[in-house]
Amino acid sequence: MKRFLRVALLIMRKDLTVEARSRELLLTTLFFAVSAVLVFAFGFVRDGRPVENAAAGILWIAIAFAGTLALGRTFERERYHDVLHALLLAPVDRPAIYVGKLLGILVLLGTVEIVVVPLVALLFQAPLLRQPLLIVTLLAFGTVGFAAVGTLFAAMLIRARSRDVLLPVLLYPLTIPVIIAGVRGTAALLQPEADIAMARAWIGMLGFFDVVFITLSLWTFEPVMTE
Amino acid sequence: MTQRLFLPLVVAATVVFAVAPLLIAWAPYESTMGLVQKIFYFHMPSWAAMFVSALVCGVASAFFLFKGHATGDRIAAAAAELAVVFGLIGLVTGPLWARKAWGVWWQWDARLTMALVLWMIFISYLLLREYGGPGSEKLAAGVALFGMANVPFVYWSVNVWRTVHPTTNVVPTLVPGMRIALWWSLAGFLLLYTTTMMARVRLESQRASLDRLYRDLDD
Amino acid sequence: MVLRGRMLCVLLTLWIGVAGTVETGTVSLSVQPQQQEEFVPVEELEPEDQLPAAPLLVAAYAFAWLAIFVYLWSIWRRLAHVERELGDLARRMAKR
Repeated sequence: MKRFLRVALLIMRKDLTVEARSRELLLTTLFFAVSAVLVFAFGFVRDGRPVENAAAGILWIAIAFAGTLALGRTFERERYHDVLHALLLAPVDRPAIYVGKLLGILVLLGTVEIVVVPLVALLFQAPLLRQPLLIVTLLAFGTVGFAAVGTLFAAMLIRARSRDVLLPVLLYPLTIPVIIAGVRGTAALLQPEADIAMARAWIGMLGFFDVVFITLSLWTFEPVMTE
Repeated sequence: MTQRLFLPLVVAATVVFAVAPLLIAWAPYESTMGLVQKIFYFHMPSWAAMFVSALVCGVASAFFLFKGHATGDRIAAAAAELAVVFGLIGLVTGPLWARKAWGVWWQWDARLTMALVLWMIFISYLLLREYGGPGSEKLAAGVALFGMANVPFVYWSVNVWRTVHPTTNVVPTLVPGMRIALWWSLAGFLLLYTTTMMARVRLESQRASLDRLYRDLDD
Repeated sequence: MVLRGRMLCVLLTLWIGVAGTVETGTVSLSVQPQQQEEFVPVEELEPEDQLPAAPLLVAAYAFAWLAIFVYLWSIWRRLAHVERELGDLARRMAKR
């Protein structure tokens, strides 16, 4: 168990070190997320005022889009230098590799969210920071669920043809529960009278989703990555 | 075994399907929806066949992934395709009924949404197999497995919404004429499903033996 | 193998026949409301603005039959193609 965690943390550190040197992924993903929010702003603003209840949806769509992009790019980088192949040859638990990659993605997406959430709050006059603890939990659980499924599929697609288009094609239908729960939970908190019970129910559902899908991913990572 | 069963099953499916329209025509009118309710006799069985197919695909994929049975992969590929076909029938007949019964083509209702998402997962499965290149069978098996695990979550997440779709509880309340027509159609669809599935698995294994022959030829 | 192909052929012809009968079946259904009026409560009698149900019903059944038919035909075609290729290959290998 200790060894497992050490391997996972090492892989995460490797990814973050590479990222810290080039900052390619962080900057491109961040700019993409901001552009996505702006595109939605142009779509949903009428007469200088944002459409009501649009903020929750825009926030989560921006996260899902940016997440897909980041997942694709992270594994493209691994493929380019045949790193994943080398990692799979290493005498370590395969699931530890998955956890390491997942942690790396989560740090990246977390950084993106730190910028995007206040931006959405600002542009759409949404009281996103009224219930900071619940919003952060919702975002954390939602991002973990999205990234858990995404990391597995992005890793699997590394050997496939047309992987750029196949990743969103596979990922969006499978993560619809995360998007629904995230949007509904956030919308419940953004109402004039925040519906705490509703938000808690969605957080619970997301937690359950995370547990099931991380378990399933750990379980399937080994057989799907074996050639 | 399957060879010998195929012909009787084809005959049975054909006979059942030939009689089905008569039973459906003969079934009494539903009091509030009238004529359009008769879509039900094909709508519900096609979804039943779709869900059976989804289950078969998930189980076969698990067998392929964890036990390495190549047969599991062939069955899963065939089942995914059939799930899409039967799901398409359900998705087209449903709105035609809803237009009259609810006044709209589509409702974002729990059952409808769940069925649509499941159908999309199987389409992505087929797209992956078609365009994923070599080695995509294992990935596809992962998609099927995750798709299965997703069903309860989608259902839970949309169940909070208002539901207008009739639940399965309506089946025992049907009057005898309707019930016979329904069970008959259901039997027909399941027979059709079984025979189509056999033919489709056959296609898959013939393709596999063709690949094997080409490989032998290359060596 | 060829037998299976032929079987599907027979099946398909039967399907066409059945599809034909159901087509006439649903059409005749649409005229039936007059005969079966006792099953329709009086308050449910078609108001002017309501959609006629018959075209929807015919469309639903026609689509279901068409989808099944097209799919069976596609399986049959693909199977015939693969089996022809298998036969060719087997002959070529036997010649060598």
